[in-house]
Amino acid sequence: MKTTLSINGSGHDLDLDPRVTLLDALRQHLGLTGSKKGCDHGQCGACTVLVDGRRVNACLTLAVMCEGREVTTIEGLGAPGALSSMQKAFVEHDGYQCGYCTPGQICSATAMLEEAKQGWPSYVSDDLESRPALTREEISERMSGNLCRCAAYPNIVDAIEDVAGSER
Amino acid sequence: MKSFDYLRAGSTGEATGAGGAATRFIAGGTNLLDLMKLEVMTPDKLVDINRLDLKAIEETEDGGLRVGALVTNSDLAADPRVRRDYAVLSRALLSGATGQLRNMATTGGNLLQRTRCSYFYDTAMPCNKREPGSGCQAIGGYNRIHAILGASDSCIATHPSDMAVAMRALGARVEIEGTDGTRRTQDLGDFYRLPSDTPQVENALGEAELITAVILPAPVTSRQAYRKVRDRASYAFALVSVAAVVAVEEGKIARADLAFGGVAHAPWRNEAVEAILVGEAPSDALFDRAADTLLEKAKGQGSNDFKIPLLRRTLKATLRELTAEAAR
Ligand SMILES: Cc1cc2nc3c(=O)[nH]c(=O)nc-3n(C[C@H](O)[C@H](O)[C@H](O)COP(=O)(O)OP(=O)(O)OC[C@H]3O[C@@H](n4cnc5c(N)ncnc54)[C@H](O)[C@@H]3O)c2cc1C
Ligand code: SF4
Ligand code: FES
Ligand code: FES
Repeated sequence: MKTTLSINGSGHDLDLDPRVTLLDALRQHLGLTGSKKGCDHGQCGACTVLVDGRRVNACLTLAVMCEGREVTTIEGLGAPGALSSMQKAFVEHDGYQCGYCTPGQICSATAMLEEAKQGWPSYVSDDLESRPALTREEISERMSGNLCRCAAYPNIVDAIEDVAGSER
Repeated sequence: MKSFDYLRAGSTGEATGAGGAATRFIAGGTNLLDLMKLEVMTPDKLVDINRLDLKAIEETEDGGLRVGALVTNSDLAADPRVRRDYAVLSRALLSGATGQLRNMATTGGNLLQRTRCSYFYDTAMPCNKREPGSGCQAIGGYNRIHAILGASDSCIATHPSDMAVAMRALGARVEIEGTDGTRRTQDLGDFYRLPSDTPQVENALGEAELITAVILPAPVTSRQAYRKVRDRASYAFALVSVAAVVAVEEGKIARADLAFGGVAHAPWRNEAVEAILVGEAPSDALFDRAADTLLEKAKGQGSNDFKIPLLRRTLKATLRELTAEAAR
């Protein structure tokens, strides 16, 4: 099936079996291997990318469903020499060990800060109506969809807290 | 994954027109694609409904809200009107899944998500829901997450949705478009089916019919809570949950709309429990009487026996929390 995908600002014409997930399209058809496959069932968050600015699991979306949408992957957030503030913070705070979950963590955290800016509450927000302060507890809850098998969580939260603080 | 044809619907009529026994609508895809990868669900055709105009949250004439079937779980939980007037719904949504999944999951898809019974997921195992007549391995097997209320000899599965439990407590209605283009609404309680001897039939949706919206009645003066008990503090399905919309006036309970999750094939509601509470002054003894009625016909299956006392305690804790000021 002929599909045009817009990824990191550029268009790609592809001929895909409808079964191909966005994750497989990125990795197998476009060579964008930054997004990782951990579970392939929406459970680990390693495949997190942004679709129209929102974080989603690329393993549970079909590529053909993304036609006309803007997809941003870890490669689109920054590049060597021009890292995004979240990418820099992960380096500075050592927010990883093996690094496998990291692209997903960074995409997720980037979009999560946007959600918080828009005032979205979380399950641990005491008050649903006021703007939540991004405490460590809030960050952990909002990032619970990104598992880290190396358990680099404390440093991941440090990195996100740093960016959240400097953007405030 | 089995191969399928993919079609993008441009209108609701086109969607229902393309429907059929071997066709599925795909919305967020978070449940359907998961099950298709495992070949638990094997449709021949997927009709992508994401371009349909069903993404609005609008006020209804009687002061309620009409939530389009494609409104994402994130957008619904963050809507200022929902946070203010239907806090139980916001809380239930936020307790479910993850930030990523809630951005994809839709209102219609959430209502129709399938059970997390591990035998249902394992195509090497018999399962009456997946293959009618093949048997149920959960009965007498591993059934820690299974039902204690309303189960049958054919199936003891639970419905996993948090959102639907809150909607049940709020008295929501489901709006359905039939293949002839007409729309009807149905109380969420009548929409879901108990398993009886046809556990493969989970709701009142006919072949090719489309959910177009969920309608919430006008908000009521109340305190609301969604209490979810699970194996981890975040990102896990409910073992049991209680959605509660409670009002206390002059020291007496004036309203106690309650729904329960994780305990049955559908969000559970029992009006006899509510009748025991309404008109009475809140007390632990009263809450115990309500729990006695709720659990009168509860039946454990072995590994899920713990849910019976757990549901009692969760109900009591929720009622204590929501009536606290009055009792003090
Ligand atoms: C790892 C993980 C954890 C999760 N944790 C939780 C949790 O804690 N709590 C919880 O409640 N849920 C949880 N979920 C489930 C999640 O909420 C559901 O997968 C989601 O709500 C389904 O919505 P969807 O739009 O993605 O549905 P889809 O997968 O697109 O569709 C589901 C079904 O509904 C049908 N359908 C969809 N829309 C319509 C419509 N408008 N009319 C008719 N039929 C339609 C489809 O054909 C399909 O059969 C979890 C899921 C995952 C993967
Ligand atoms: S409980 Fe229901 S879904 Fe689970 S194995 Fe038995 S029939 Fe299948
Ligand atoms: S690979 Fe997508 S969530 Fe694990
Ligand atoms: S750094 Fe190894 S999985 Fe997170």
